[in-house]
Amino acid sequence: MHAPKPSVDASHPAPAPARTGALNLADEARKREVRTSWLLSAPALLVLVTAASGPLLIVLVYSFLAAGDYGGVVWSLSGEGWFKVFLSRDIFDDTVGIADAHLTIFWRSVRLSMLTTLICIALGFPTAWFIATRSRESRNVWLFLITIPFWTNLLIRTFAIMEVIRSEGIVNTVLMTAGVIERPIQMMYTDFAILLGMAYVYLPLMVLPLYAAMERLDFRLIEAAYDLYASRWRVLRRIVVPLVKPGLIAGSILVFIPSLGAYVTPRVLGGGKNMMLGNLIELQFGQGRNWPLGAALSLTLLVIVMVALIFYVRIVQKEAASRE
Amino acid sequence: MSERASFDIRRMPGFVAIALATFLVLYAPIVTLVIYSFNAGMSVALWEGFSWRWYEAAMHNQQIQDAAVRSVIVASFASVFATVLATMAALGTTRVRPFRGQTTIYALINQPLMVPEIVTGVALLIVFATVKQATGYSGLGYLILAHTAFCIPFAYLPIRARLEGLDRSLETAAADLYATPWRAFRRVTLPLMMPGIVAGAMLAFVISLDDVVITEFVKSAGQDTLPTYMLGQLRRAVTPEINAISTVLLFISVAIVSAFFVLNRKKA
Amino acid sequence: MTESEISIRVSGVTKTFGEGASAFHALSDVSVDIRKNEFFTLLGPSGCGKTTLLRLIAGFDHPTSGRIELDGEDISQLAPFQRPVNTVFQSYALFPHMTVAQNIGFGLEMLDRPKAEVAATVAQMLSLVRMEALADRRTDQISGGQQQRVALARALAPHPKVLLLDEPLSALDYKLRKDMQIELKRLQSETGITFVFVTHDQEEALTMSDRIAVMNQGTILQIGSPREIYDRPEQRFVADFIGDSNFLEAELLTGGASGRLRLGSGHEIEASVPEGMTAPRRVSVSIRPEHAALTSGAEDAALTGTLKEIVYFGTDTHYHVALGSGGSFIVRRQNSRGVTETLEPGAAVGISLGPRSVQVLRD
Ligand SMILES: Nc1ncnc2c1ncn2[C@@H]1O[C@H](COP(=O)(O)OP(=O)(O)OP(=O)(O)O)[C@@H](O)[C@H]1O
Ligand SMILES: [Mg+2]
Repeated sequence: MHAPKPSVDASHPAPAPARTGALNLADEARKREVRTSWLLSAPALLVLVTAASGPLLIVLVYSFLAAGDYGGVVWSLSGEGWFKVFLSRDIFDDTVGIADAHLTIFWRSVRLSMLTTLICIALGFPTAWFIATRSRESRNVWLFLITIPFWTNLLIRTFAIMEVIRSEGIVNTVLMTAGVIERPIQMMYTDFAILLGMAYVYLPLMVLPLYAAMERLDFRLIEAAYDLYASRWRVLRRIVVPLVKPGLIAGSILVFIPSLGAYVTPRVLGGGKNMMLGNLIELQFGQGRNWPLGAALSLTLLVIVMVALIFYVRIVQKEAASRE
Repeated sequence: MSERASFDIRRMPGFVAIALATFLVLYAPIVTLVIYSFNAGMSVALWEGFSWRWYEAAMHNQQIQDAAVRSVIVASFASVFATVLATMAALGTTRVRPFRGQTTIYALINQPLMVPEIVTGVALLIVFATVKQATGYSGLGYLILAHTAFCIPFAYLPIRARLEGLDRSLETAAADLYATPWRAFRRVTLPLMMPGIVAGAMLAFVISLDDVVITEFVKSAGQDTLPTYMLGQLRRAVTPEINAISTVLLFISVAIVSAFFVLNRKKA
Repeated sequence: MTESEISIRVSGVTKTFGEGASAFHALSDVSVDIRKNEFFTLLGPSGCGKTTLLRLIAGFDHPTSGRIELDGEDISQLAPFQRPVNTVFQSYALFPHMTVAQNIGFGLEMLDRPKAEVAATVAQMLSLVRMEALADRRTDQISGGQQQRVALARALAPHPKVLLLDEPLSALDYKLRKDMQIELKRLQSETGITFVFVTHDQEEALTMSDRIAVMNQGTILQIGSPREIYDRPEQRFVADFIGDSNFLEAELLTGGASGRLRLGSGHEIEASVPEGMTAPRRVSVSIRPEHAALTSGAEDAALTGTLKEIVYFGTDTHYHVALGSGGSFIVRRQNSRGVTETLEPGAAVGISLGPRSVQVLRD
């Protein structure tokens, strides 16, 4: 503006040059705010560092040490722990080969986790759709019904599945009483049992993000698709699935990650033979007593999970950005 | 013109059937477990009449009693500690202009949600084994510390959500009306945060009460909580006593989570 | 005015948000003196810095530079809770977990006043804002107008030296707003407290204020009584923001408080000139539509042109005229019964200007 400054109020004195002092006040307030933030967070961070994050660093250190004879470690640098994750050395002639037992377990973990994810999609997608298309009041009830199992003890839910499928369990007893089978079907301690248990336990993790995506769905788009002669199946494939894809991917990762690290479910339902990664890790701290190997296996699991998580965060961010 | 002839765009073939089947599958095992905890007989498949037998048996089992007490002690301490720490952290990290290190704080707080429990369990086993040897102390402190750590994010989330929804101008108004920062906090911020804090404490309590994996690795000999006791029993023979304990735990969880829902609903 | 009459003195205050390239000057070198017991209004469009100025006075923010005095003392070092200044917030900011009475008593309680005194003042305030019946209601169970009155009572209860009101009436419907305007004026004269009132409603500002400061883009453009602001707007923005105005180019012939002016039509006329403006020079002038009148002939008219459009408004009629010297002009005439419209669009008309109807602008 080029206009001359109006004489706003003739009677008051020239503005005091308080610039630096006042600026410091604002700076000072900001500094105090940041310091308060840190002070308030510090106790929680202290606990988390001592009992969650810090120990992970110790695991990293342990993975590079030599195994003690009866568990524990010997404080000397060694790559043996990491070496044994994928490779094995023949006891007799020291030839190096692939650690078949470990690979089998890795493969089982990945395979079962992927299958679990697929089952959860197959059941979770229609379920989420069902909830999302209810009236507003009943939606909350159905949602609550999905959430309840999620918050109840995982062990108890695994245990409930076990009661259903074990030899003296309900399915077998009913079938035998009805004369369909003569001897109980062996379902416990199989990959099938683990799969069933994990799908059962992690299903809510698939339904919730899918539901969140479907709830936001603009149903006018579906009307438009029908208007343009699409069949129901095509509407599902060409309109609904692409639109809820972020929810689908989020749900898949939320199911996949805990499946991969599952410990309780494979232990209870899979028994000693059908191990998954979690059980293999535990074994290194139990009878096997190879702590460095256990530490290396833990970190391998952690890395896989982190990669999946980064993938997840990317998708969530992209979705958030596209919604703006 | 008739209503029935109208085309329902929300319908997908078979979806309702699958959904209802899913709910059935989700609840049938749990409901069965609850029902059979009242079965007079040993079998989980044959109903031999209603009885409190297994509850009585569980109640008189010294190991179960000890485990139950231990579970409650650990969950109480851990949830209280976690809630206090999470409340402070939430106050420190919400409603401030972004500062350097803020993402680090978030990452640390949420870390227990991201790392597989088995990994945390192993890590704590390694660290606490050394500490136990060095100090000679092997009490419940380790369990409480470990539980506090992984309960913090669960307590933090609802508290933070509540705090973010809180109208900043209320505290400004308190300051305008001569309340010192501490009094403004005591009289305005804290009471308004309370539903979030209670919700956070409830979640933390449930999460601690239900934990198996980390407890399994951290506990010293003879420090079973209810879940680890059950896990140990499952390896041997299954007794309907377990059904009874499960049912009790189940009802506690459901009651607390329902209360949590109601509390959250009231806020909205 | 003498020093002792001044309640709040804002001198050279600048407030900058952000730093470097993204820095934004919400207030630039603002200076104003607010008198004791005055109903002072900050008027300006959205985003011009009104709330920012109030927040600086209340102490919720610190000025980037400049100083703020209360009763002659610098208060920049005082926290909000140490300043004898209370605010009625735009959103009311009533404490939802307290009753109406608890809200009103909050300030006195924080000042550690004896319980009896708090109770007495709360009762007095409740009757002042006529809310006795609702004393024990929760604040989310009363209407918007009632909430507004509680917010007012809460801010008045500690009897502050200055009351800051940030668009307190904007959330109310038209009728209630009118009632509350009267009530606010009553409370101000009854309590004798200095009111600093923020609004972007020009009518509200004109009817309620002792003095108005018109703001735009972080600066104060003009301060004066409602009449001064309306009749003597010194800048185009002020003339435009408050009421309607015709703007013309003209030649200022002589300066001084009332100078001579030559309009585009060649007609010479007396005009009020802002202080300190030198002549001769080209200037813009502002003429209120109701300060002009139509004449049917061209003789002794200040301006001439062709009538383009007649717009009937009920209380008055607007005549849109295309000026012979270029540009357009609106004349407003109050309607009265029995007067029939004789003019028709297309007619040649003259415009006569009343004495002191032309205001020279600074920009
Ligand atoms: N904390 C802040 N950070 C950055 N910019 C801000 C901040 N507060 C206010 N501003 C900016 O300063 C300018 C003035 O804001 P202010 O709230 O004072 O406007 P106002 O005159 O009260 O407007 P309204 O009539 O809409 O309430 C606005 O452009 C606003 O965007
Ligand atoms: Mg404002």
